[in-house]
Amino acid sequence: MSTLSLTGVSRWYGNVVAVNDISMALGPGVTGLLGPNGAGKTTLLHMMAGFLAPSRGTVTLDDEPTWRNPDVYRRLGLVSEREAVQSFLTAYEFVLASAKLHRLADPAAAARRAIDLVELESAQDRRIGTYSKGMRQRARVAAALVHDPQVLLLDEPFNGMDPRQRLHMMELLHKLGDAGRTILFSSHILEEVEQVSGTVQVMVAGRLAASGDFRTIRRLMTNRPHVFAVRSTDDRALAVALIAEASVSGVELDRTGLTVRAGDYGAFTRALPRIALSQGIRVRQLVPSDESLESVFSYLVEA
Amino acid sequence: MSTITWITARGLFGRRRFLLLLPLPLVLLGLAVLCRSLGVDPGEWGPPVLVGLGLAVVLPVVSLIIGTGVLGAEIDDGTVVHILTKPLPRWQIILPKLGVAAGVTAATVAVPLYVAGVLADSVRLGLALAFAAALGALAYSALFLALSLVTRRPVLLGLVYVLIWEGLLGNFVSGTKVLSIQQYVIALADRLAPSGLLETTVSVPVASVMTALVSVGFTVLAIDRLRSFSVAGETS
Repeated sequence: MSTLSLTGVSRWYGNVVAVNDISMALGPGVTGLLGPNGAGKTTLLHMMAGFLAPSRGTVTLDDEPTWRNPDVYRRLGLVSEREAVQSFLTAYEFVLASAKLHRLADPAAAARRAIDLVELESAQDRRIGTYSKGMRQRARVAAALVHDPQVLLLDEPFNGMDPRQRLHMMELLHKLGDAGRTILFSSHILEEVEQVSGTVQVMVAGRLAASGDFRTIRRLMTNRPHVFAVRSTDDRALAVALIAEASVSGVELDRTGLTVRAGDYGAFTRALPRIALSQGIRVRQLVPSDESLESVFSYLVEA
Repeated sequence: MSTITWITARGLFGRRRFLLLLPLPLVLLGLAVLCRSLGVDPGEWGPPVLVGLGLAVVLPVVSLIIGTGVLGAEIDDGTVVHILTKPLPRWQIILPKLGVAAGVTAATVAVPLYVAGVLADSVRLGLALAFAAALGALAYSALFLALSLVTRRPVLLGLVYVLIWEGLLGNFVSGTKVLSIQQYVIALADRLAPSGLLETTVSVPVASVMTALVSVGFTVLAIDRLRSFSVAGETS
């Protein structure tokens, strides 16, 4: 059991603050690091992995600093976002080289076990240069897992994977987390984090915006005011009916249709068809007009 | 053979960049053979071919291509992360890479220099040139390897050192020769096989000490820089 601790960690580049005063402790299980692009997730991961010195604060793995301390890699594995691999090696050679560099007792067996874990046996003797993006990603995960690390950090691991590979990777992360390992992966896609992890750390503009159980945070996210564009056969009659609904906080009527502000996403989307049906109005269009992840995140920061 | 050595060698020979190494030594060899077969006086073609081409161009340029390639190429494409995420003391990464760089450079440069030295004067001069060039390969490799960790433009800076500092300033400002690996190599080769073909103002003790200092100093610098190697965040 290993704990990765961050205390008051900041990192700036000149005038630009990439990571701003983040403290967290990561224990066993799967944790998702969620945030829009440019939030500082990669910078934070690099500091966790000992590839960047914090400008302020400390990053420790079981009380040892990760910066300038190669020994932490006995317990830590990293899968970086850049999908660089020595493309002239086969996957087996690549993973075997990792095992040897870790000075494992039986590198060949460890390499086979790791390749097995990511289901790459059938292609293990082909040069990595011939692989698809998802396969390269799995080869890199195998190399990072070859020494069976207690802590595994993955930067955007699902990028470029097809749905089946994605599912498989999610299962793998689950399995590792359930086995007591500390897994942290970053993502800018809400649904990915939802499917994998119970615990999330949400980062926005370099700061830790929310942290804790995913369902709680998800509720916070879904209970924010939502804006919908609605068009129907009789907009005015629909507006009148909608304003009587508790979940609706405002309705605006113009030539293009209705703009409805709802306090509760779920309640409103359930109420709308019921109301339309009872009024004999046909809804032609229902578009959530403010659903970008960035707006969700910025709402979280303001909350 | 260590795993790092193996990966470095595979990476070096696996890249097209490696083919860049071949023409220069071949030109050196070809010119020496041509001059000898045409019966040109060695006193005339020796200095320009052995020193002007061999020690002033082939040795440093081959060192530059290889020395900045063994680690610099991995830093450029990001594969260096795979090696750095291992619990290895950083000297165990730098030393094998320096070994590959110096070894391959020495082999590439020493052979044509040996042949050219034999054709110009004697087997003794050939051996002296080959040996001094091997030492020079070590010093240059240490310098260029360290450069690839200190700057993002190691090839450019290396070229500036070789062409401007050693090549240009060395001819006009004699003081710069004390900080010129090329001059150390000339001094050492001339000491091992005095022939009148090699000329330098740097004394042998200075050359020996400086070669050792450059080799060790830049290796230590490279190890230290690798310890604090930072991966720049990707901006998307």
